[in-house]
Amino acid sequence: MLRAVLLFPLLCLALLHPSFSAWAAMEIQVVGGGASQIAVAMVPFQAAPDQPMPALTDIAGKDLERSGQFRRVDVSGVQPPFSPAQVNYDVWRNKGADALVIGQVAALPGGRFDVRFYLLDVVRQTQLAAFSYDISPNQWRATAHQIADIVHEKLTGIPGAFGSRIAYVQKRGSQFELKVADADGQNPRTVMRSVEPVISPRLSPDGGRVAYVSFEDKKPIVYVQSLKDGSRRKVAAFKGSNSAPAWAPDGRRLAVVLTRDEASQIYLINADGSGLTRLTRGGNLDTEPVFSPDGKTLYFTSDRGGSAQIYQMPVSGGEPRRVSFNGRYNASPAVSPDGRYLAYINREEGRFRVALHELATGQMRVLTDTERDESPSFAPNGQAVLYATVLGRQGILGAVTLDGKTRTRLSESGVDAREPAWGQ
Amino acid sequence: MNKVLWSALFALTLSACGSTGDKPATVDDQSSDRAATQTSSSERIGMGGDGVTGSALPGGRAMADPRKDPASALSRRSIHFDFDSFVVKDEFHPVLEAHASLLKANRGLSVILQGNADERGSREYNLALGQKRAEAVRKVLAVMGVSDAQMEAISFGEEKPRNPGNTEEAYAENRRTDVVYADE
Repeated sequence: MLRAVLLFPLLCLALLHPSFSAWAAMEIQVVGGGASQIAVAMVPFQAAPDQPMPALTDIAGKDLERSGQFRRVDVSGVQPPFSPAQVNYDVWRNKGADALVIGQVAALPGGRFDVRFYLLDVVRQTQLAAFSYDISPNQWRATAHQIADIVHEKLTGIPGAFGSRIAYVQKRGSQFELKVADADGQNPRTVMRSVEPVISPRLSPDGGRVAYVSFEDKKPIVYVQSLKDGSRRKVAAFKGSNSAPAWAPDGRRLAVVLTRDEASQIYLINADGSGLTRLTRGGNLDTEPVFSPDGKTLYFTSDRGGSAQIYQMPVSGGEPRRVSFNGRYNASPAVSPDGRYLAYINREEGRFRVALHELATGQMRVLTDTERDESPSFAPNGQAVLYATVLGRQGILGAVTLDGKTRTRLSESGVDAREPAWGQ
Repeated sequence: MNKVLWSALFALTLSACGSTGDKPATVDDQSSDRAATQTSSSERIGMGGDGVTGSALPGGRAMADPRKDPASALSRRSIHFDFDSFVVKDEFHPVLEAHASLLKANRGLSVILQGNADERGSREYNLALGQKRAEAVRKVLAVMGVSDAQMEAISFGEEKPRNPGNTEEAYAENRRTDVVYADE
């Protein structure tokens, strides 16, 4: 029942790269919250006395809080129920809970565990969901994220994105580390390390590969690396600069920016480096391509109108059309999974902030109140935008919900984080 | 048209031979200088020969590498740009002329033109801005007769700042193209 396919690559990575140890995870800070939040009581699961008691409900509860849609109800002072038959609904209604999460953990032969959880509607006194998982000891976090995903989906109607992963770059002293972590910044794995800069990581649609730009050969070159075994290939290493990889939704092609013919222009290339096709022309600066979810439209940043603005064009070729009109600097577009919104960086009075742009109306709304935001990307469920910003002089990661009301900061003291990208 | 180009190129070649008087035409318009570059690359060969015979190359004069001689223009490697600008300023033309002469006389030499940008804004956009600064220098060198095969314009964007500060001075220092020889 657990997404074993998704978890497998990370396990392999840990096995094949013993030197690439997991560093301390980033700290999470949540600011604000949605206007009407669902009150959920999460009772620590029952476990046998001599068993490890992983913080399943705590991890899942923090996930839910970060979404801005939930607040946790204090569960102290109550005889904890572990199965639906033990629940006294009046007690939980008096505590103000809308929903209740309970469960049990039991040891299985071979060092595995059986995790059962129940999601109950306190007001209607009904069971909304019940699942059991047969997991290995290193799947506790993944299990907690799945529980949060299910709670989110049952109570809001929208799937959670807590089981997804993010890629980002950390600068530790003079060393650059490309990391892949859980969406909450925990469980980080270093997948590539270099003394030269690394930028623009993008997880493939199937989650099994990461494309990025490395300067290790003294110039920008686009690589695609397997997260399963760490093998990689140069996908674009032409004369000049090679950068800004973007996966097509089918995971077979990438859009890249090359300067081999003239100024930075957008090309399509197969993930194995074959089949190069030029898309933009005219000698202006075109960069930061990104595909629409249906793979038919490309959004990108161009200075063809005299300043950085977002444009769109058919992937099959054709005339680019300008999309952004607010101010003189709009860059780094990301497309929401439903194709309705763009997130990009808007500069207003010297402040670079994350903006949300509704494509149907052209309406733009600034979501953040920071000064140096960069590289926005949507959660796979479209409910939040991950970005990089600067706090003090330190680069940190931030996430903001589409209503702008709930913000999360991910940071590790003394380590610069940048270039985040949300994957599946 | 052809006559104008020839005389312009001749003027460039002369100034590459050590003239510091009249400034050659600046190359700043990106749409038109592309055509000029293409034309010159086909006409350059004969003129380049003249340039070599006339240039004051220190070839057999000294053991020391003139590129390392602080007294030589060849030791100057950084071309700085104004904010949001990709125009090679007149003051840098003598330096580029010196490099062009060296490259034309030594076809085995090649340069990497490393463009840079200040840290404000998107990293990928800044990479492209750095590229524009590298391309601007490449086009000037091409008009001066340097073969495309001897040049590669690349960008470091904001990734390798010479000055890591966040002052206007630091930004100005980081908006530049460096001329780096492949054999150095």
